[in-house]
Amino acid sequence: MLNRETLVNLILAALLLAVPLMANAFGQPFYVTLATRVAILALAATGLNLALGLGGLVSFGHAAFFGIGGYAAGILATHAFSGDPLLLGLSGTNQMPLIWLVAMLVAGLVGLLIGLISLRTSGVYFIMITLAFAQMVYYFAISWPAYGGEDGLSILVRNQFPGANTMKPVSFFLICYAVLIVALGLFVLIRGSRFGSALQAARQNEVRVATVGIAPYRIRLTAFAISAALTGLAGALFADLNRFVSPSMLSWHMSGELIVLIILGGTGRLFGPLAGAALFVIFEYVLGGLTERWQFFLGLILLGTVLFARGGLLGLLAGKARHG
Amino acid sequence: MTLALALEQLLNGLQLGVMLFLMAAGLTLIFGVMGLINLAHGSLYMVGAFACAAVAAATGSFWLGLVASLACAAAAGAIVELLVIRRLYDRDHLDQVLATFALILMFSEGTRWLFGSFPLYLDIPPLLQGAVALPGGAQYPVYRLAIIAAGALVAFGLYLLIGKTRLGMRIRAGESDREMIGALGVDIRTLYTVVFALGAALAGLAGAMVGALQSVQVGMGEPVLILAFVVIVIGGIGSIKGALLGALLVGVVDTLGRLLLPKLVGVFLQPAQAGMIGGAAASMLIYMMMALILAMKPRGLFPAAHA
Repeated sequence: MLNRETLVNLILAALLLAVPLMANAFGQPFYVTLATRVAILALAATGLNLALGLGGLVSFGHAAFFGIGGYAAGILATHAFSGDPLLLGLSGTNQMPLIWLVAMLVAGLVGLLIGLISLRTSGVYFIMITLAFAQMVYYFAISWPAYGGEDGLSILVRNQFPGANTMKPVSFFLICYAVLIVALGLFVLIRGSRFGSALQAARQNEVRVATVGIAPYRIRLTAFAISAALTGLAGALFADLNRFVSPSMLSWHMSGELIVLIILGGTGRLFGPLAGAALFVIFEYVLGGLTERWQFFLGLILLGTVLFARGGLLGLLAGKARHG
Repeated sequence: MTLALALEQLLNGLQLGVMLFLMAAGLTLIFGVMGLINLAHGSLYMVGAFACAAVAAATGSFWLGLVASLACAAAAGAIVELLVIRRLYDRDHLDQVLATFALILMFSEGTRWLFGSFPLYLDIPPLLQGAVALPGGAQYPVYRLAIIAAGALVAFGLYLLIGKTRLGMRIRAGESDREMIGALGVDIRTLYTVVFALGAALAGLAGAMVGALQSVQVGMGEPVLILAFVVIVIGGIGSIKGALLGALLVGVVDTLGRLLLPKLVGVFLQPAQAGMIGGAAASMLIYMMMALILAMKPRGLFPAAHA
C-alpha cells in the first residue's frame, strides 16, 4: 500500500522535522535557521508547483507574490510598532495569523489581476509577461520611498504567534513546518479534486477540456490566484525569518530560484519543492563554504540537472512520475 | 519645459530604443528560427562590454575594442550553442528557461572571476567626443547620436541580410518550416549556430556601445534583457519589424514618461508627493503599456505569421 514515492516523501518530511530538532538539542541554532529556510522556500515553491506542476503554467514572476507577502508582513508590523494607522483608520498588527491572512489575500488578489491579463497568452508570451509584471512590482517597490524603497524595511521584533515564543528559532521553525505540511495537504486535496483534474487535463490537452465544456481560462485563473496566495504566505514567513524585507525578494532571480527548486526536486510532484529546497539550501551552504564562486557551480549543477537528470531528485529516488 | 529639453529627451529615448533593438533583434531571431527562449542573451551583452573595455584598456583603441566585442560575443555565442543550446531545441520552454538561467549564473560568476567585482570604465573614442548644438540651443553628445546612427545602420543591414541574401533566405525558410529546409539539404545545425552567433554579436555590440556611457559591470545585461523581452512581446515574437518598432516605442515612452509623468502628477499634487508618485508610475509605465497592448493583441503588434 505504501508506494515508493510515498515512502520517500515520508522520509523527507521526517528528516526535515528531525534534523533541526536534533540540532536544537545539541545547541546548534544555526542549523535550525537553515531548516526554517528550507521549509519556507519549499512552501513558496509548493505554491508555484500548483500553477507550474499541475497547470503547466510556467510563471517567471512568482517573486512578485513572494515579495508582496513579505511586504505585507513588513508593513503591518511597522504600523503595529509605530502605532500609525495604516489605511482607513485600520491599524497594523503583529499577530502572525492575521498577517498571513492579509498576505494571502493581497498576493492572491494581485495574482488574480496579473493572471487576468497573462493567461490570455500562452507559451513564451506567458513566461515573459509574468516576468514583466514581476519587474513592474519590483520597480514600484524600489521607487516608492514610503517603506524603505531600495534599502528595504526592517521588522524590529519578529511577529507573534499565540501561545509560542517566535523569537526562539525552534518555535518559529515548528510554525513554518506546520504551515508547510498544511499547504502540502491542500496541494493533495486540490490535486485529487474535480478542479485539480480539470487543471491537469487543461495542461495535457486544452482543446479536449474545452470540448467537454470546461473553460480552461477560469480553471487556470483560479489556480494561478491560489498559487500566488500560497507563495505570498511563504513571503510573509520569509520576512519574519530575516526580520527584513527588501526589493530583492521581488527580483527576477527569486522567480528563477523558485522554478529551480521545483526542477531540482521534480516537477509536478508533491514533495518536489521540499526536496528541491533542501537540495538548494544544502548546495548554497556547502558550496558557499568551499568557494566564493559557488553560484558558478550551482549553475553547472543546474545545467546538468536540466540536460541529463530530468526527473530531479525525486525522479532519482522514487522513479519516474506517473503522470506525463 | 523647453523645446530643447523635449528634443534632448526624445533623442535619449531613441538611443535607448536603438540599443534595445540590437538586443531584441537577436532574441527574436533566435526565437523565430529555433523556437528557443534565451535568458542568457543579457550575458552576451555583458561579454561584449567586457571584451571592449578590456581590449580598449590594453590597446588604447576603442575601435579595436569594438571589433573584439563583436568577435568575443559571437564566439561565446557559438560555443554556448554548440555545447548547450543545441540540446535544448526539442525541449519545452521550461527546460530552456532553466538551462539559460543556469548559463547566466555561470557567465556572471565567471566574469567576476576573471575581472573582479569592480566595474571597468570605457572612454568614448576621441573622434566621437564633444557635443553638437540642437535646434533650441541645447548641446547633445555626439556619441549618443553615433549610437543612434549605428543602430539604424544595423537595422538596415539586417533588412538586407534577411531580405536579400542566401543566408537570409535560409533564415526565413527556417522560420516558416524547419523540417522542410532540413529535408531540402540545408545544413540546419550550422545554420542554427550561425543565427545564434549573429544574435550574440548584436548583443555584444550593444553592450560595447553602452559600455562607454555607463560602467561595465557584472549584471549589466539583466535589466536590458528584461526590457528586450518587453520589446519583443509588444512587437510580436519572431518579427524583426516588430522588434524595431517595439524597441523605439519602449525607448521613447520610457524616457519621456520619466520626464513628463512627475510634471503631470505635479499639476494635481504637492511637488514632493508628485515626484514620488510620478516617479513610481514612470518606472512602471512601459509594463502597463505592455499589459494594455497584450490585453488587446495577445500576440503582439506584429505577430509572426507562423507559430
